[in-house]
Amino acid sequence: MSNLITRRRLFWSVPVALLAVGGIAVAKMMQPPPADLDLSLAKSTDQGLYTVSVEPGLSPISVGTMHGWVVQISTRDSKPVDHARIAVDGGMPQHGHGLPTEPQVSADLGEGRYQVEGMKFNMPGWWVVNLSVDGPDGPDTVTFNLVL
Amino acid sequence: MRTSTAILSALAIGSAAAAYWTLTKPQTWTEEETRLVLSLGLASLPPLPADPSNAVADGPDAASLGKALFFDTRLSANGTVSCGTCHLPERQFQDDLPRAKGVGETARRTMPIAGTAYSPWLFWDGRKDSQWAQALGPLESAVEHGTDRAYIAHLIGVHYADQYAALFGPLPTLDAVPDHAGPNGFGTVLDDWLALDDIQKDAINRVFANVGKAIAAYERTITPQPSRFDAYVDRLAAGEDTSGILSGQEEDGLRLFVGKGECTKCHNGPLMTDNFFHNTGVAAVPGLPDDVGRSLAVDQVLADPFNCLGPYSDAEPGDCAELKFLGKAGHEMIRAYKPPSLRGVASRPPYMHAGQIATLGEVLFHYNTAPAAPDGHSELAPLNLNSAELAALEAFLGALDPIAKEVQR
Repeated sequence: MSNLITRRRLFWSVPVALLAVGGIAVAKMMQPPPADLDLSLAKSTDQGLYTVSVEPGLSPISVGTMHGWVVQISTRDSKPVDHARIAVDGGMPQHGHGLPTEPQVSADLGEGRYQVEGMKFNMPGWWVVNLSVDGPDGPDTVTFNLVL
Repeated sequence: MRTSTAILSALAIGSAAAAYWTLTKPQTWTEEETRLVLSLGLASLPPLPADPSNAVADGPDAASLGKALFFDTRLSANGTVSCGTCHLPERQFQDDLPRAKGVGETARRTMPIAGTAYSPWLFWDGRKDSQWAQALGPLESAVEHGTDRAYIAHLIGVHYADQYAALFGPLPTLDAVPDHAGPNGFGTVLDDWLALDDIQKDAINRVFANVGKAIAAYERTITPQPSRFDAYVDRLAAGEDTSGILSGQEEDGLRLFVGKGECTKCHNGPLMTDNFFHNTGVAAVPGLPDDVGRSLAVDQVLADPFNCLGPYSDAEPGDCAELKFLGKAGHEMIRAYKPPSLRGVASRPPYMHAGQIATLGEVLFHYNTAPAAPDGHSELAPLNLNSAELAALEAFLGALDPIAKEVQR
């Protein structure tokens, strides 16, 4: 009986191994983003000081098109954060390179809203956009994920 | 337990078989593949974008003047070199040479012109930000046209005064300006330029810029032409039968192009370029000066008086987003060059920014093996494609040649 199970295991292990190897190879070649990627466009900053939401000016975001984002920042108790200093960078974690542009805040729209210009993503795939926010409760950071 | 093992095994066998079938016998496209394939077709190319920096960009009279200037060999030091010397209309506006030959030999490969009106950055390193600013570079290059801007301005006065005046207003009086003067010249050419006053310099610069704008108006009419691949994409988009347009091998190559070959990382969109700059580990040419690509060009384009924000641009500052938000030069930009459009690529060897690689097969071998960069860091990783896959990719690239036999002029 134990012999039979061993043989049976051996028999089934071939397609299972094939599937596993094939799966890894396909995963590597296609470089999919992590399956559990958080694609939400509104989230708490890393230290929990602020809530930040972003609204890309293009929907869906297309590869290679320069566009702007509106960033909304509020405190933990939901008050809009005015006069914050915001820095934007980002890149493709799986490729090890940054954004093709250097986006900047072009206008403080009031009520905790800021216009960011110069967003551009020049490849399909997984991108991250990092916002560094310096406001009344101190500096904090937040990362948004995009898949183009 | 046994039942679940059996189901798992059946699924495994099924998946493995499906994966093998998908990789070897393409019959259908997944939703993601379809999206990528359609994004590469000419039907996805938007209308020609406006060039707010060039007020005559879309004028037929400007294009007519620009065409005359493009093919006029008087715009050279020895009277034998025009833009058309290296940008041959019958050869996709390039010259089939590793490095361009004007009055001397350059350090870079001649780039084709079709579709450059869509590009925010011109030249392999993007040191110019418009077609008209680009057109001015070779005129003052010692190894290309070998002229200077005072010479060009005088020449316009002698041969093109009426056409020029109709487009740009009367030519300035340049009687007091020497025959030759320019900031990119040497010896007396440079000395004579430095001796001019600011009003004279500005007048010459303006004529020079307008020459570029007329040439750009002509170059805007040089557009990418449909290929067999586009015919295939059109059928696919319409949900019609695509059989008989691409061979099975070409279809295999297309699947690799949008998948395992990772070509669309940089060669994306209907022009198959991301208009950015990448170090792909291409070897340096022995004997040529160090070439650091984009990392030098960033400062050059920012300092260029003919850029979008400069005094000779017709744009409002708000029109110059590419220049305003340009990514500054870091380590990534060392030996980074613009991916050329792949349209027509199979019929225009040699390849790379200095013609380093003779054949398309060798180019694909380069990307497959991902050699280390001579300087900076290559973005490539080995693809591990087998010989059949490389042959399929090469076959697919052949399907990007224009169908039409007549030459666009």
